[in-house]
Amino acid sequence: MPEGIRDKVAIIGMGCTKFGELWDKSPEDLMVDAFKEVIQDAGIEKKDLQAVWQGGPQFCEVSVGHCALPLSQTLRLPFIPVTKVENMCATGSEALRAATYAVAAGACDIAMALGVEKLKDTGYGGLPEFSQWAVIGTKHRIIAANQTAPGMFAMLATKYFARYGIKPDEGKRMLAMVSAKSHHNGALNPKAHLRREVTVEQIMNAPIVAWPLGLFDCCGVSDGAAAAIVCRADMAKSFRPDFVRIKSCQISASSGEEEMFNEFDYTHGECSTRAAIRAYQEAGIKNPREEISMAEVHDCFSIHEAVIMEDLQFSPRGKVKDDIMSGRFNLDGAQPIQPDGGLKCFGHPIAASGIRMVYEMYKQLQGKADRRQLKNPKYGLTQNVGGNPYRNVASVVIVGP
Amino acid sequence: MVGITSYGAYIPLQRINRKIISNATGWSTTATSLPGEKAVANYDEDSVTMAVAASIDCLTGIDRNKVGGIYFATTTPPYRERQSSGIIATALDLRPDIRAADFADSIKAGTLALLAACDAVKAGSEKNIVVCASDCRLGRPGSAQEVIFGEAAAALMVGDTDVIATLEGTYTLTYDFMDQWRADGDKFNRMWEDRWIRDEGYTKFIPEAINGLLKKYKLSIKDFAKVVIPCIYLREHQAIAKSLPLDDKQVQKEMLTTVGDTGSSHALMMMVAAFEDAKPGDKILVASYGNGADAMFFQVTENIEKVRNRRATKKYLASRKDLTNYQRYLAFREVLPMEMGLRGEVGISLISLMWRERRTILGLCGAKCKRCGTTQYPYLRVCVNPRCGAIDEMEYYRFSDKKGKLFSFTSDALAYSISPPEMYGHIDFEGGGRFAFNLTDCDLESLKMDMPMEMTFRRKYVDNVRGIHGYCWKATTIRA
Repeated sequence: MPEGIRDKVAIIGMGCTKFGELWDKSPEDLMVDAFKEVIQDAGIEKKDLQAVWQGGPQFCEVSVGHCALPLSQTLRLPFIPVTKVENMCATGSEALRAATYAVAAGACDIAMALGVEKLKDTGYGGLPEFSQWAVIGTKHRIIAANQTAPGMFAMLATKYFARYGIKPDEGKRMLAMVSAKSHHNGALNPKAHLRREVTVEQIMNAPIVAWPLGLFDCCGVSDGAAAAIVCRADMAKSFRPDFVRIKSCQISASSGEEEMFNEFDYTHGECSTRAAIRAYQEAGIKNPREEISMAEVHDCFSIHEAVIMEDLQFSPRGKVKDDIMSGRFNLDGAQPIQPDGGLKCFGHPIAASGIRMVYEMYKQLQGKADRRQLKNPKYGLTQNVGGNPYRNVASVVIVGP
Repeated sequence: MVGITSYGAYIPLQRINRKIISNATGWSTTATSLPGEKAVANYDEDSVTMAVAASIDCLTGIDRNKVGGIYFATTTPPYRERQSSGIIATALDLRPDIRAADFADSIKAGTLALLAACDAVKAGSEKNIVVCASDCRLGRPGSAQEVIFGEAAAALMVGDTDVIATLEGTYTLTYDFMDQWRADGDKFNRMWEDRWIRDEGYTKFIPEAINGLLKKYKLSIKDFAKVVIPCIYLREHQAIAKSLPLDDKQVQKEMLTTVGDTGSSHALMMMVAAFEDAKPGDKILVASYGNGADAMFFQVTENIEKVRNRRATKKYLASRKDLTNYQRYLAFREVLPMEMGLRGEVGISLISLMWRERRTILGLCGAKCKRCGTTQYPYLRVCVNPRCGAIDEMEYYRFSDKKGKLFSFTSDALAYSISPPEMYGHIDFEGGGRFAFNLTDCDLESLKMDMPMEMTFRRKYVDNVRGIHGYCWKATTIRA
């Protein structure tokens, strides 16, 4: 077992733009907006940054473009190391992980991670067409079925329902509860994209996008940016008293066996499960259901949030329905999930989401979450899945006091 | 002896009743009163994909490495320059050291390809040539052709061992008879006066070819168990038969009211249908039509009983679904240019990549690990089995002929499709292997977890900007 990075690195500042269909904002504007907040929150100056990781954009062609120059030039960073990282929807978390590892390694004392994505310049709803991009290798690009994200996650739902004998109506209701809860939280959050409460009935009766997922089972598509400044934990107190420690940053990428080897059951996330196990080990968490106070997870689709609850060991396999129906994950429940409204209400500017999730955990731990504030949270967990249920990169980040 | 060694056919699932066409266009025209229905290729089918399907039927139980040639007859190839038979050969995963040829530009190309294959085998140049014929001809909305034309494919294998019907004689007529034509760049067929085509074309050429054959080989028309006469006029079909003269039971049934005039595969479809009912010892006479006529005389052998397990015309005819929407039919053929939205735009095709990965893309070949035996798609150099992981111990493994089970599925209203909703799911192949494929010729209501599925070669996209037709394999429920 490696020693890991637990408690070696602290977050001393964070910034997050409002997410939404920001027709009047360029990706460069979003980077500046997130940077202004993060640098002010950390109380440092630009010259104090020793290295920066730019997360994304994932869909470069409809955003600022490739490499790290868009960020270094936009922020006029003074010739310091700036690196672009991308790992699908886990990109933001990947940027934070890179900055964290650099500080933990002693390569630098203060580093920044900034994730940015502009999706609303495509000219249509949903994510940019996968078929146009070699996102998953040249072979896949040309042989992949014509499919979209809602459909790939819809198959997770049909498979999950079939395996656990959940009738379509019951399943739809379970998923509706997931989305209704997030909409409730998002309505309380001024930075969220969608800020309206919706009822379970509205959700269940919405038009179907990909059976059994309807409109409200899908997260929004939006623009946004988020940033974090990290430093050596032993320095953190000199910047602020209420800094937040990073307990673990873990990533797991598919070997391809879920899609191509017949053993995968398609009712769980293999990468999420494995990244979580490693993260709990690194953070010293023995009982995630009891010890993790709150989480922001990758609810790109309602069924995915449900299954992630099992991948993260918050609910036993096949039993998440009981926890959803009993309100365990509501803002006033035993283990609140998506207190900020989640991808459901923020939308999912791919490379920004991971850091946006940590932003909520950070604010909750500092007691600054306003009407969404939870009582004495201890460990906060964020989780991303980039790709689809059978081929993805999953990240798990754990933060705490 | 040289002759036919196997047969197969393909008829698309969807059929449009001609009343639906006349209800839609009758206000402007009374072009024809042909009854019945016609077979309609799905939006993802063309002459090449249907030829692949018919060839697969024809190759049932036959080792594809034994195929020594592939001849494709069509008047509607997807490309003016790029050999369609080459696409078909790659899709069928045939050996590269074979002779492939396209026969085109006349609806008689089907029998001409068959004659050429018989000659090549007879001359000893090639063995086991698959002859496939397929057409997707278009009539302008409101035209007689729109009503008459149907879409289907036939395939026959020609060889000199295990022959099911020996070729005993041929007679060919060539006339520059311009009854129907399509100039370079034309989308729709044009035709001269209907009555002239009927009286000077079909009614004269077919009897002339048949009588020429009878005279050449000193045969009587009474010697034949079945006579194939393709004719786009039902009444003249009977009249020609009566003039020869033929008994009713000698006349091979026209497929006009069930499939339509399928162009270069028209005569061959009827020929396959005749073989499906043939008994050892039967003599079969096949006439074709188009810029003249061919006549061929076959003698059926006892080997015919060995090739009965084909779907051929009977099973494909029985497996059908109504296409009740005329506008949808027009959209399938790009006659009605529907809005496809920005999401429907086609990106550039990487031709060099498509060549490099041709066995993966067109041939649906994956890999079998020589160390652990795991079969996997696509072909990657490192074994997917987490307990193996062997590097560079792979051999190509064909998935296109493997049945599978539906492991997952959905129907997607967001993905662009000419025929929404787009359907897809994962297929678990018998013998191992799993991958996600688009599903075609099925709807959400008909799908169940674990139901048996098979693979079908389809058109993935048409890039009209760059003139590229992309192909892929999709999964479908078992047709027959």
